[in-house]
Amino acid sequence: MRDQMEGSVAVATAVARCRPQVVAAYPISPQTHIVEGLADLVRTGALSPCEYLLVESEFAAMSACIGASAAGVRAYTASSSQGLLFMAEALFNASGLGLPVVMTVANRAIGAPINIWNDHSDTMALRDAGWIQLYAATNQEAADLHVLAFRVAETVSLPVMVCMDGFVLTHAFEEVDVPDQDGVDRYLPAFRARQQLDPGDPMSIGALVGPEAFMEAKLLVHARQLRALDLLPRLSGELAAQLERRSAGLLDLHRLDDAETVLVGMGSVLGTLQAVADASREDGDRVGVLGVTCFRPWPAVEVRQALERAQRVVVVEKALSIGAGGVLGQDVRVALEGLPVEVHDVVAGLGGRPVGVSSVGALLHEVLAGRLDARRPHFLDVNASILAAELDRSGDRAEHGPELERFLADLSGPDMAGRVS
Amino acid sequence: MFAVRIHGRGGQGVVTAAELLSIAAFLEGRHAQAFPTFGSERTGAPVTSFCRIDTEPIRLREPITAPDAVIVQDPTLLRQVDVFAGLHSDGYALVNSTHSVDELDLTELSARLGGARLMSIDAALVARQHLGRPLPNAALLGAFAALSGVVGIEAVEAAIRRRFDAGTAAGNAAAARAAHDLVLSRRQDSDDREGELRHA
Repeated sequence: MRDQMEGSVAVATAVARCRPQVVAAYPISPQTHIVEGLADLVRTGALSPCEYLLVESEFAAMSACIGASAAGVRAYTASSSQGLLFMAEALFNASGLGLPVVMTVANRAIGAPINIWNDHSDTMALRDAGWIQLYAATNQEAADLHVLAFRVAETVSLPVMVCMDGFVLTHAFEEVDVPDQDGVDRYLPAFRARQQLDPGDPMSIGALVGPEAFMEAKLLVHARQLRALDLLPRLSGELAAQLERRSAGLLDLHRLDDAETVLVGMGSVLGTLQAVADASREDGDRVGVLGVTCFRPWPAVEVRQALERAQRVVVVEKALSIGAGGVLGQDVRVALEGLPVEVHDVVAGLGGRPVGVSSVGALLHEVLAGRLDARRPHFLDVNASILAAELDRSGDRAEHGPELERFLADLSGPDMAGRVS
Repeated sequence: MFAVRIHGRGGQGVVTAAELLSIAAFLEGRHAQAFPTFGSERTGAPVTSFCRIDTEPIRLREPITAPDAVIVQDPTLLRQVDVFAGLHSDGYALVNSTHSVDELDLTELSARLGGARLMSIDAALVARQHLGRPLPNAALLGAFAALSGVVGIEAVEAAIRRRFDAGTAAGNAAAARAAHDLVLSRRQDSDDREGELRHA
């Protein structure tokens, strides 16, 4: 039933309806509300049978999920930011062992400096961990994607991260129609493990594999990811038919048919990009939006098909591969290899800086006027003057002292909103 | 789209107020989105929350910089934060204070908005009467419903009953209704006075 609720509550409810048998979690803002909600449902018996493990760290949370999944039960956890990084080693084990753990990541920045706000640095840092990564644009998508995630994970034997923007989605109160229990039960059959640890019939999984078969072991994970690429549209379509509404899958196409310029993004920024595109269409510019729901596996063929008729593409992403540029932007560029499509890579919204319609509108204006150089990455709403001042200070005549704190002291300068550097 | 920004201090229910407003609008069949400014929440620190209400699904998620209405839960913020920044000239402003608009030195804002769109109300007093505690939240929402007409008082009461257990809800709903009626009666008085002046 459609109701007004917090994103975290919607996700906790949807996850509970997927009937996980083990939830192992360590609280970290902003996903804390999700596991608090699940803890309540286990405590009151609303989610049963389920073992809720309040573990001592994120490393332990993922390790417990790995153990539970290997023992043949459906396992779930949630994390964010530094917490996600703390479980990094275990993440590779979950995918390498082919264990279909599902995890919510409430996307957040990575320090230093300390910052609790939203961007995609955490999941981008673990892009290559072998997990499927699905990004929700709204809380409705976040709720629905968890149902899809368990189904995909258990079908291909791979773990899935459902990524939702921390605070922006987790703490937003909006309407969500959480899939009902009967529907989830019909869509999601009981979990049957491919390889199940059983004390009565002991065996080992994940033992030493030397150079003779290690590449094949990793290619098995790769092959499973590619299989998920074929499965996702079908499973998402089945879910959509059952829920009688659109269900997120690989990509979200918005007014792309005749679009000359396409804005590309992931997560909650999509609504803003769509609003900007719609407004510019009223001014006569043919602008569309491509939302990437499935980032890993990377739907290169589908992205190419969606963008091949465009003249220019502007990727607006909340992550920075330091020393290189955008992350999503690089993948888009590769997907468009050989086509006469100009790709602009714009990093925006790091550490919770709002990505607003006026700034994206100004960016689009720059692109349409031919004033943005596609050969280098750009940065939205950056205060170039304090950056330049610090670079100057740290040049030949380096000053001693805390540079990040000097930034804050320099911040009395003019507002840089709408500037593209 | 109708955009509301609420200013208060940690512990006053700033975030809850925006959520309740969004529930009220949802119950009236509209789309609504509420969210707080995200930061290190501390009791007593300035906190801002936002609520968008629309007949269309809401796509924007950025903080509201040009609100149609501003609700100030703590009058001491008037000297500390530019609470009315970006407020539309045909917008509404509601301040919780024991002082009148004139006493609060809001004459410039009053001139911009017009008297009927700016109001000060002693929500803490109303709350004390109905809740036993000076929590201005529900009373301000009731007053806001009367001032702006954006949501009905029945929806505000229903949102309160959804959110709180029966005992807490009863006091809060009563405070909301009392503040709502107070605003309506004040507006009636001012209409009467204007009428008298016109006929003088």
